Amino acid sequence: MSTRLATPGRLIDTSQPMSFSFNGKKLRGYRGDTLASALLANDQMLMGRSFKYHRPRGVVASGAEEPNALVNLGREGRFEPNQRVTTTELFDGLEATSQNHWPSLEFDVGAINARLSRFLPAGFYYKMFMYPRSFWKHVYEPIIRHSAGLGKAPKERDVDTYEHFHAFCDVLVVGGGVAGLQAALTAGKAGARVILLEQTDHWGGRAPVDGGVVDGASVDNFVDETLKALQSMDNVQLRLRTMGAGVYDHGYALGYERLTDHAPGSAGPRHRLWRIRAAQIITATGAIERPLSFAGNDIPGVMLASAVRDYVVNYGVSVGDRTVVVTNNDNAYLTAIALKNSGLSVPVILDARVLPDDRGLVAQAKALGIRVMMGHGVSSVKGGKRVTGVAICSQAGEGAVLEEIACDAVAMSGGWSPVVHLWSHCGGKLRWDTTHACFSPDVDNPPKGADGMGFVTPAGAASGMFALDDVLHDAHAAAEGVITCLDMKLPKEVTSPVAERREESPMAPVWMMPHGASAKLRAKSWLDYQNDVKVSDVRLAAQEGFVSVEHAKRYTTLGMATDQGKLSNINGLATLAGALDQDIPSVGTTTFRPPYHPISLGAIGGEARAEIFQPLRRTPLHDWHEANGAVFEPVGQWRRPYAFTRGSESTHDAVMREVTNTREKLGLLDASTLGKIIVKGPDAGKFLDMMYTNMMSTLKPGKCRYGLMCSENGFLIDDGVVARIDEDTWLCHTTTGGAERIHAHMEEWLQTEWWDWQVYVANVTEQYAQIAVVGPNARQALERLGGMDVSKEALGFMDWADGTLGGFNCRVYRISFSGELSYEIAVDASHGQAFWDALMAVGADLGAMPYGTECLHILRAEKGFIMIGDETDGTVIPQDLGLNWAISKKKDDFIGKRAQERSHMTDPNRWKLVGLETLDGSTLPDGAYAVGEGTNENGQRNMIGRVTSTYHSPTLGRGIAMGLVHNGPDRMGEVLSFPGTDGKTYEAKIVDPVFYDKEGEKQNV
Amino acid sequence: MSDPVTALKGAKGTAGFATVTEIGPVGMITLRGDFANKAVVKAAVAASGMTFPEQRRCATQGDQGMAWMSPDEVLIMCPYAEVHDRLENLQTALAKHHALAVNVSDARAVFRVRSPKVREVVAKLAPVDMDEAAFTIGMFRRTRFAQVPAAFWMPEADVIQVVCFRSVAQYMFDILNNAAKTGSEVGHF
Amino acid sequence: MLTIHCPNCGVTAEETEFHAHGEAHLKRFGPGSSEDDFESYLFMRKNPKGVHFERWHHRYGCGKWFHVARCTMTLEVFGSYTGQTSVPPQQIIDTIQDRRPDWVPAQDQA
Repeated sequence: MSTRLATPGRLIDTSQPMSFSFNGKKLRGYRGDTLASALLANDQMLMGRSFKYHRPRGVVASGAEEPNALVNLGREGRFEPNQRVTTTELFDGLEATSQNHWPSLEFDVGAINARLSRFLPAGFYYKMFMYPRSFWKHVYEPIIRHSAGLGKAPKERDVDTYEHFHAFCDVLVVGGGVAGLQAALTAGKAGARVILLEQTDHWGGRAPVDGGVVDGASVDNFVDETLKALQSMDNVQLRLRTMGAGVYDHGYALGYERLTDHAPGSAGPRHRLWRIRAAQIITATGAIERPLSFAGNDIPGVMLASAVRDYVVNYGVSVGDRTVVVTNNDNAYLTAIALKNSGLSVPVILDARVLPDDRGLVAQAKALGIRVMMGHGVSSVKGGKRVTGVAICSQAGEGAVLEEIACDAVAMSGGWSPVVHLWSHCGGKLRWDTTHACFSPDVDNPPKGADGMGFVTPAGAASGMFALDDVLHDAHAAAEGVITCLDMKLPKEVTSPVAERREESPMAPVWMMPHGASAKLRAKSWLDYQNDVKVSDVRLAAQEGFVSVEHAKRYTTLGMATDQGKLSNINGLATLAGALDQDIPSVGTTTFRPPYHPISLGAIGGEARAEIFQPLRRTPLHDWHEANGAVFEPVGQWRRPYAFTRGSESTHDAVMREVTNTREKLGLLDASTLGKIIVKGPDAGKFLDMMYTNMMSTLKPGKCRYGLMCSENGFLIDDGVVARIDEDTWLCHTTTGGAERIHAHMEEWLQTEWWDWQVYVANVTEQYAQIAVVGPNARQALERLGGMDVSKEALGFMDWADGTLGGFNCRVYRISFSGELSYEIAVDASHGQAFWDALMAVGADLGAMPYGTECLHILRAEKGFIMIGDETDGTVIPQDLGLNWAISKKKDDFIGKRAQERSHMTDPNRWKLVGLETLDGSTLPDGAYAVGEGTNENGQRNMIGRVTSTYHSPTLGRGIAMGLVHNGPDRMGEVLSFPGTDGKTYEAKIVDPVFYDKEGEKQNV
Repeated sequence: MSDPVTALKGAKGTAGFATVTEIGPVGMITLRGDFANKAVVKAAVAASGMTFPEQRRCATQGDQGMAWMSPDEVLIMCPYAEVHDRLENLQTALAKHHALAVNVSDARAVFRVRSPKVREVVAKLAPVDMDEAAFTIGMFRRTRFAQVPAAFWMPEADVIQVVCFRSVAQYMFDILNNAAKTGSEVGHF
Repeated sequence: MLTIHCPNCGVTAEETEFHAHGEAHLKRFGPGSSEDDFESYLFMRKNPKGVHFERWHHRYGCGKWFHVARCTMTLEVFGSYTGQTSVPPQQIIDTIQDRRPDWVPAQDQA
């Protein structure tokens, strides 16, 4: 059984006991525990079930590479699935439940899959679910959906907050082990701005567990001293609990800081995403131990040798009383020695190598009286939910059992793989290191930055250095190189520390144990624990032609899901290489993509949620609207009142009332969102003639003209009223959504095509509150305010004038988007509300009411005025809309003119704008298509037109609509059929698009 | 004429580790012109009462100031009540030159954020190096704050002043206060 | 995510302050131009694996347009330069040729 030892671990504070629960069971641990160590201390070795076969699974590792032990953590607003027990710090009150099983962890029905495993080989899904076709939707997909997925999705809104932080530095060091500490120290001493990130809650990495002597003192001492030195440097920033998640183009890196995961509910954000720009990055990300592939290597109790050692040394937890160590290298002997020194039993070390002599750790183990069997390995592991023993065989043979040894844990080591993820994220290349049988960074081919030079340097174990002395030297050298790249100088007295060397025998690559394992053994030898991929699956994939490593990955699912194959990749590649009779480097690796380890979606979103999910643009009158029944609609990022409801009135009724009131009395519209762009200069007229289809240079000061703007493709992109202010100044109104876009459009042409034209442009949209005063009583209201002459004679239709109204400085445009007598009045935004109040006051007995955008739409549709975005969709030219009158024939050129001469644009068969009137007075469905004779090549009915705007007009008491129809203007009076999505077919007659006051008598009073 | 009302009526946030105050209204004039033309520079200096700013810098003194916006644009700041007169004088001075001067006082919202950790508030929202050595008093930076365009400078230590469009004043106020929430101090600068 | 230098305001900032506007140095064809010229102006864009000239907008900064010469394969940036030119300046061409000896400027291509 696994249990807490009497000797406390180096990270454990036994004075701070904590209680937590697993599957409802109350358990105890200490500050300093991870959830993994605390569960093991309570003999909870079984922690989950595998994905495919629902095999019982215990923890294998002690860090971020853990593939098995994923749990649901927390509850309600803090519930989160797939949390690794090895990276979860224990806190008081922690609640965890195991996942991927039913009905319980101990008894799981899905485990039947394991019995069927020989019928569920690699590619099973692709082979099985192909036929019959009809089964996919009704049989296969529901079954797969039911059984797919790891963990449960949270159901409640996340109660925590998240944020981003932008940081800049000369040197980013990722990894706070001895290599990272040393690299940071060297770079710091050179005066560089350094940020050092460590993913766990403590410094030093695994060196203090493995021991050693640096500059004559213990490695613990080295860690403490280095840390102290770094803390005293103003130019060095240290962050614990912050993982280097990814390295991206041009020195961009993401750090993932977990601030309150270990203390839920405390103040501040839960996670902080560090968006770091580093001139140079040092990846001191360490190395990950590899499992060995032998039969039964997934049974709970079989663990990485380094993890077994970590649990003993760091947490004071033994994973078993009797631990068999199986290895192909010296490093795992440290585990045997640590166990023995803790008073635990190591019945045997099975070493696949045959060494000529005993030295270093091998000699040390033997001296402790541990039995060592060279040239031997595991034939199979005994046990179900827990290891009960191992069957021993010769590594060279086919697995004939020589001896069985009872044990309750197996510590395995297949060698070490440098963590090359961050090196590789942005294109760093790898080379195969035959000495250590691993891929390590090819330092001659680093990821390259904006200047074309490398910007990432690996250090320590991450660059394939495994002996302490090599690690420290390499880290120092990495920092030295980086300092040189930065054109900085390292003081001469700064040198690398020196560590004592251990005598070591070379490791020997072992990809299958025993070497000639039978098919039966291979089918029980796991490569990927999380996805249940075995040696036999990879071999099958190779046999079936999946020779590319990327294909084999997808076919077998090796290295997918939440651990992305941190443990399994190299063993999988080696197995594939073996099956293909190729060497490992020529098979290559799959692509390393960020993040290194899953990060929360909350951290990625940062502050952007709830009220500040995105900016909402408010007009100066927004508060008034809110207080007066406005129902808002989004128009771009603006919020505009759709209608103003009164009492229990429905929104529809409010709109109808607003239309009638505006037509009969007086309506006020907040038009502040319309874009207002000033264009000034000696060449402004020439410029606007290019921007608009109309002639703007001939407009007289004091006058307004409606203008159309097209893209170079000829399509209509915006419209609005242009006012000429003086000899060289124009003011251009744009649509609500168009201000920024059209401003940028103008600037782009001025800056990149006609840079010699003398024109300045300024976007003054938000300087003004603009209010449309609309209806038969409009003039009377303004006259009551007084201050300027707004009579027909002084201010005719399409005139504008500056003046005062009611003491407010204003600019009054006599323009109409409703067909009514109408003034649009601009006042400085800071006076907008007061001016609106003044209008409402003088208009009270004239029937003044605010109206919203839906009323605006109906008013304009009754008049047949087009709306950008309704009648246009990026494929419509002005000619389609009968706007030829607004396209100057006198101009040689304007943006879009040449395009409108193209054959497709002049094609008489283009759909053109018409009015549509239903025969029964009902309202046509928005976007409905008119169907014609016959069918197209796909057997669909031919379409001959579509509805672009449709409303119920209270003025006319019937539905009105506009649409684009094939040869529309030539088909007046014809009745078209519009099938609706409601199953009904609507009949509508083609009519003139101007439904109301065709002569324009109402606006010209 | 009524009393001018700013977008948030002088809203103040004091709950976090920085105080966020909407100030103003501030008089602001956008001037576009050719600054190689001495007459244009002279007019700008006269209108602002400040020396002409170098690239990406601003000079402020009390209520008035001038900030470099782009190679052909400066922002002149002054008391709100003076903006119409100053604009008129500026336009008169520039009558014979190709230049554009417009009042944008009402198109903007201005915030003052004060805290010994004010650099952290900015660093959470803007992709700008806020290290003490990298961003100093007198610099003027146009960038984005979260999802909206903004310009900011440090009139004095521990204070930043942020200008954004009036329509997004509430968003700016909210993100500034959010970035200054108690417990979210970073301890980086 | 790239870092971009704006030659107009002198800022070097991350990509999120900017907006890319596609291929640089297009020659505009207007009324009177042939169908082929107009088609290539409107639709035909280079998509090189390697040296490329692009138009960029400092959207959240000074609001100005400019040009960037960069490598689409390695994302190496050779330099930024004014938007007010229809050809890359010699200095940029020299820099590119220095780092990509095999590269030939478009106007010199056969």
